Amino acid sequence: MNRVVITGAGTINALGVTVPQTLEAMREGRLGIGALDFRDVERLSIKIGGQVHGFDAEAHFDRQKLGLYDRFTQFTLIAAREAVAQSGLTFSDELAETSGVVLGTAAGGMNTWDDNFRSVYEEGKNRVHPFVVPKLMTNAATSHVSIEFNLQGPSLTVSTACASSNHAIGLAFQMVRSGMARTMIAGGSESMLTFGGIKAWEGLRVMSKTACRPFSANRSGMVQGEGAGVFVLETYVDAKARGAGILAEIVGFSMTSDASDIVMPNKDGAARAIRGALRDARMDMSEIGYINAHGTGTAANDKTECAAIADVFGGHADQLMISSTKSMHGHLIGATGAVELLACVMALRDGVIAPTLGYESADPDCALDVVPNTARDAKVTGVISNAFAFGGMNAVLALKAV
Amino acid sequence: MSVKDKVVQIIADQGLLDVTDVTLEATLDDLGIDSLGVVESIFAIEEEFDIEVPFNANAPAQSDFDISSVASIILAVENLVAEQT
Repeated sequence: MNRVVITGAGTINALGVTVPQTLEAMREGRLGIGALDFRDVERLSIKIGGQVHGFDAEAHFDRQKLGLYDRFTQFTLIAAREAVAQSGLTFSDELAETSGVVLGTAAGGMNTWDDNFRSVYEEGKNRVHPFVVPKLMTNAATSHVSIEFNLQGPSLTVSTACASSNHAIGLAFQMVRSGMARTMIAGGSESMLTFGGIKAWEGLRVMSKTACRPFSANRSGMVQGEGAGVFVLETYVDAKARGAGILAEIVGFSMTSDASDIVMPNKDGAARAIRGALRDARMDMSEIGYINAHGTGTAANDKTECAAIADVFGGHADQLMISSTKSMHGHLIGATGAVELLACVMALRDGVIAPTLGYESADPDCALDVVPNTARDAKVTGVISNAFAFGGMNAVLALKAV
Repeated sequence: MSVKDKVVQIIADQGLLDVTDVTLEATLDDLGIDSLGVVESIFAIEEEFDIEVPFNANAPAQSDFDISSVASIILAVENLVAEQT
């Protein structure tokens, strides 16, 4: 079994259009959530979100490419370019044949669906652009990364709602660990901030009109974001042999199913996934210093997640830090695990723990050190990242400093 | 049908009950309606009366819509209908 390390990272999200910008924003506790701005936003009752700003698609993609790239694919390629550039890798011959891409997304090309449905149903148009299908398909982003970087090995798109990115990164990790693939590009992308997208969520009544306050007693729900996070995973041996900079090591992954409810989280399903990741990593719970929480800011998730952590870690739960960066960039749904992995890298490599913003009042059900409002300098050598999705799909990653 | 009768019918349908089983003092939980059922009932109420119900499942007690009993729901709907139509 190979040791698996991260040698490249890329992102675009509400906090920034690069990894350094995003990490700086996390360190400073900046809020990336603001007023939503798109067609028909006045008709929504939820008017806040973590939209990507300062992104000029035409500066990055020529007109021909833009005709093929939904916004979620555009985000993916921006992030993938940053990650691959940092890794210093180029893919040809045998490396190309043994390297692939696994990306997570919940909705794929929703903007394309939205625009074209509007066109045919609302505006009564009788034809749509021939590239609508290849744009909206959920594997579009994965395919375009494979095409752009010449990755000819195993590639797929994973869809498990809010756990998609963790599942994607976890599978890619397993593929490199087992030797099934030499190098893997892994992460996730989401762009669901459209009128139809938000309107669909409003009916569930779990979104906040004001802010995302994970673990706070006065939390009022989740706030959606958009963006992408992409990483280059390769073996420790390969990385060292070519003198590549290593950001962190992925040491464990676990996926479990609640088998209980289609939307409500389950403490046991979550606890089993956390324990499973520690077991897979052959780590003792005492080695974990920081947990990047799923921490959506809903009444249900935060309470259940804290209970699961208490179950798994017992007394050690009081010694570790747990924060939710969704408070800053929003809930990126299928991309959230990927962007949140950056906070894990920041903890392990830079010794900075991202804060949970918006924390106003202590909830006895969430009585852990949630790093409220201000980032903290701390040395940690073991980290886990949680994702607990609708439908009871749980995916937890364990990482170590290198 | 009055507002009261329509609301009782909606709740009965959601709980797979007869309208006679839906008593005014009952909580939705008493009637076997879980959190997803609550959200569905609110949707049905919005559709039936063409109103917007201010309800956040994360802070139900702070919503301006009192779901603590069938009677409180009926009263809340009557107020919203008067305000919004």
